[in-house]
Formats: sequence, structure tokens, C-alpha cells
Amino acid sequence: MSEPLLSVEDLWVRFPTRNGVVEAVRGISFSVGRERVGIVGESGSGKSMTGRSILRLIRSPGQMEAKHITFKGQNLLDLSERQMRGIRGHRISMVMQDPKFSLNPVMTIGKQIVEVLRLHAKVSRKQAIVSALEMLEAVQIRDPERVFNAYPHELSGGMGQRVMIAMMLITDPELLIADEPTSALDVTVQMRVLAIMDKLVQERGMGLIFVSHDLNLVSSFCDRIIIMYAGRIVETCLAKDLHKATHPYTRGLLNALPRLDAPAERLDALQREESWKQERSVAAHG
Amino acid sequence: MADVAVTERVDASSKPADLAVSIDKLNVYFGEGDDRFQAVKNFTLNVPRGASVGIVGESGSGKSTVLRAVTGLLADWDGAINIDGEPVGSNRTKAFYRKIQMVFQDPYASLHPRHTIDRVLSEPLRLHGIPDVNERVLKALDDVGLGESFRFRYPHQLSGGQRQRVAVARALMLEPEILLLDEPTSALDVSVQAEILNLFTDLRERHNLTYIMVSHDLAVVAHMCEEVAVMSQGHMMELLSVEDLREGKSSNAYTQELIRASEGYDEQFFDD
Repeated sequence: MSEPLLSVEDLWVRFPTRNGVVEAVRGISFSVGRERVGIVGESGSGKSMTGRSILRLIRSPGQMEAKHITFKGQNLLDLSERQMRGIRGHRISMVMQDPKFSLNPVMTIGKQIVEVLRLHAKVSRKQAIVSALEMLEAVQIRDPERVFNAYPHELSGGMGQRVMIAMMLITDPELLIADEPTSALDVTVQMRVLAIMDKLVQERGMGLIFVSHDLNLVSSFCDRIIIMYAGRIVETCLAKDLHKATHPYTRGLLNALPRLDAPAERLDALQREESWKQERSVAAHG
Repeated sequence: MADVAVTERVDASSKPADLAVSIDKLNVYFGEGDDRFQAVKNFTLNVPRGASVGIVGESGSGKSTVLRAVTGLLADWDGAINIDGEPVGSNRTKAFYRKIQMVFQDPYASLHPRHTIDRVLSEPLRLHGIPDVNERVLKALDDVGLGESFRFRYPHQLSGGQRQRVAVARALMLEPEILLLDEPTSALDVSVQAEILNLFTDLRERHNLTYIMVSHDLAVVAHMCEEVAVMSQGHMMELLSVEDLREGKSSNAYTQELIRASEGYDEQFFDD
């Protein structure tokens, strides 16, 4: 494989609390090329923190530490806060779970997209409006003009999420981090949003980190899967080989899912073992 | 006198099954005047005693609204709702709530943050003037797999799965026959979901419960129920058996789409 787009080495995220330090991410290493990488885990596994720390978005008092986070040969940890702003939203974008909390409620959709574009690229207002409308069309919004002039509360959840994706993609990022981008959506809308991201990866050669709790979805959508538990990577595999996963945690997750094609009297409850927390993190390089 | 006896017998035999819940031509509305919106349209569903029936559909399809109308959380409805053969009116009686209880989706929002588990569980008993509060609370905790040690904790001291167990225990305090389950596991991790679904299976057997379960997850409904109603935009599209659902035997285009979408990402989904 060619030089990866992003490579992360020995990443730690810690939160000091009254009862001692909580380690949300504990020494993980992975890399992402021009492919779709899924990070799966249950709540508290550190998957979202991993996504956020790539963009150095861990708020104080949280602390992050890594040997390096290299994006196209540049160590993001060496950049100033100002230089980081040139990366965020421009070369690496992030889509969050809920459009309701990520869009400005008192600003029209169009204005918000134009603002993003003009912050990162030298374009005229007129041209920015044209690109914004084009982008809305690209994410399959039927009536781009109406949406352009609408406020966030006038849109449905699925529409809002597509707007978010349009906003994140208008700067033509090389890497997109999507944190549970479809879990608030209905299945058919979810399918549409995934199809849009899929197309972008294939046509623009964008890298995608897809953070999700949904094993089925990730295994059908991504190329490679990273499975996290208690801040570590317990296993990594090609998406198509997920059913051959060997780690007891991954097996437990798979068996805990009710299946439409295989009826079962009872579901297997996952028996967690203390040793999983102590195991060394697996390096997930492509 | 003989005539009466005959009519009674005819009545009894003309009832094909012992229905725990029967909903007939239910319409539910929101808002008033020009803003009046009909969320459920002409919905009919019969649930035999001891059965478990699922309602699936996308958000806004009216599936939760049906449950909320049955349980009396929404007032603006017409049509007929019968529980145990008895019609329910606009005001629900105490006796009604001893027959039917509901478990909600979000265990973080459905428990009072400043009430202990003990208070949450004993409140329905006090409201209904039921004695032996102490024993009943302990029994309920045991029933849902939580120990005595949880009794005087607050909701924030519990995990999501433990909270949902408390919500289930609360629903069972009055020993109802029917449980309405509104997306009871969709806020939980898959491993916790498995535990809660197993709990529902055990409780149903132990207490001979009747379930109506609303979910957007076809696999969860198929696991829990024998029959599934598919809803879209307030209408019931189809009522089909779980076997047919599992085998994809549905003539309804919308049901087909739901089944296909539940199988994961599919590149060709929009091609045909």
C-alpha cells in the first residue's frame, strides 16, 4: 500500500477527575489510507475521543498525548493552534452525530456553508453561493434553493445531516471523520447518506474514518474495521472478514445482536473479562 | 331465561380469541385548527392474551403515538380501544393502570433524577394503596436481576442498562398483564440490549405477559414478537408473521425496502 494519509502512533487521551485520572484512549496506533476505515465499539470505548483527538479537539482538562499524528507527512502535534485551524474543516473535516447541535440555529443554511467555504478558500461571495448550491445538489437535496434559504429548524433530521455533510465536503477535504453520522436517521435516509459518502471516497479518493456502534453497518460499508474496547484496539480486520473475528469481545458483540435471518431463543449476553483491559493494543495499520 | 343463556353462549363463541388489547379504527391527532395534524390513521390491531406483537416503521410513522394513545398520554383520539374486552374512555381508571403499563425509550429521561430507586418503585404502590411495599420492592428488584444493594441508589449511580431494568421493574410493580414497550433498547449498547431483551423473554414467561413492542429495528422485533405491524405515515401498511418477515415474504414495497435496508449498506439500493 502507498503512504498512508494519516498515521497515529501511541495515542493517549486522559481526563483528570476527582477520583483519579480516567484514561479514555490508551496507547493506540493506526493508519488510514484512501479507504473507509470503521472504528467500532460500545459507549465508553474511546472511539469518539479517537476521532476528536486527530483534530486536536480534546477540551481542557482533558489531555492528549501521542508519539505522532502524521497527516500527509506533517505531524499535527507540531502545529500551532492557528495552523491547526487551517487543517480543521479544510483538509480534515468532521461530521458529528446530531445536526441539531452542530448547525447554527439563527443562521440560514446557505450563509453557513458560504462562511465555511470563504474561510478556507479565496473565492468571491457569488462564486461561493454557486458552489454551495452545487454541493447541496451533490448530497441529493432536491430543492437546493429552498434549503439554502432555510433555517436549521425547518429541515428534517436526514436533510440536516446531508447539509452537515455538504458543509464538511465543500472545502474538498482529504480526510473525513464521521462520528455516528447516521445513527439518528431512518434506515432509508441512512442508506442515502452512506451512498453519498461512498461516492465521495471512490470519486475524490478521500479517506474516511467512520465511527459507529453498529457492527452490521460498519462491516457492510467499510473496507477495514478497528474494534475498540476500554480505550484500546482489541482487534482489527478487513470488513469482509468480520465474521471470522477471533477476539472474544468481537465474537461477543456479534453474538449479542439479534438477527433477522437466524432466530434464537435467547441472545448471548457478553461476559466481559478483566484481562481484555490489560491486553496490549493491536496496531491497526493498513 | 333460557333465551339469555343462549345469547350468552353465542356471544362467547363468536369471540374468536381472548384479546388482551384490541384497537379499532384508531385516529390520533396533534394540534388544533389549521395546524391539526393526523398522526395515526384508521389503525386496527388485535393482540391476543399472551401474545407479543411488534410495530415497526420509520420516525414519524406514528408507531409510538399508537402506544401513547393506548396508555392515555394523548387525549385527542377517536376510534375504539378495548383492554380485556372493556372499552377505555377519555379518563383512565386506576384499574386500567393495574392491567397495562409502559416502558419508555430513554432510561436517562424516564427516571426522576432526585428520587431513589426505592422511591421510584414504591410510588405506584402508594398511589394504588397496595400494602407490603417493602417486600414488593425487594421482589421487583430481584425480578429484573438487580440486587438489594441498588435499592437506595439514585439513577445517576446506575448504568444505562441498570436504569432500564429499574424502569421495567417500575412497570411491573402493579403486576400488569400487558406491557407496552416503546423502543426499550434503542438507547443501549448491543451487549446491554441482549441482556434486556433476555429479561423481557424471561418476564413474559414468568408472569404470562402480553407485549406490544415498538421499534425501528426489524431484528429486535423479530426476536421478541410473533406478529409485526408495519407502519408508514400514520397508516398500517401490513400485518405479517415473523416467519414471513424473516423470509422476506411481503408483497408490500415499503416493507421490502425496510427489510433490505436492515441488512446493512447496499451499493445498489438506489439503482433499482
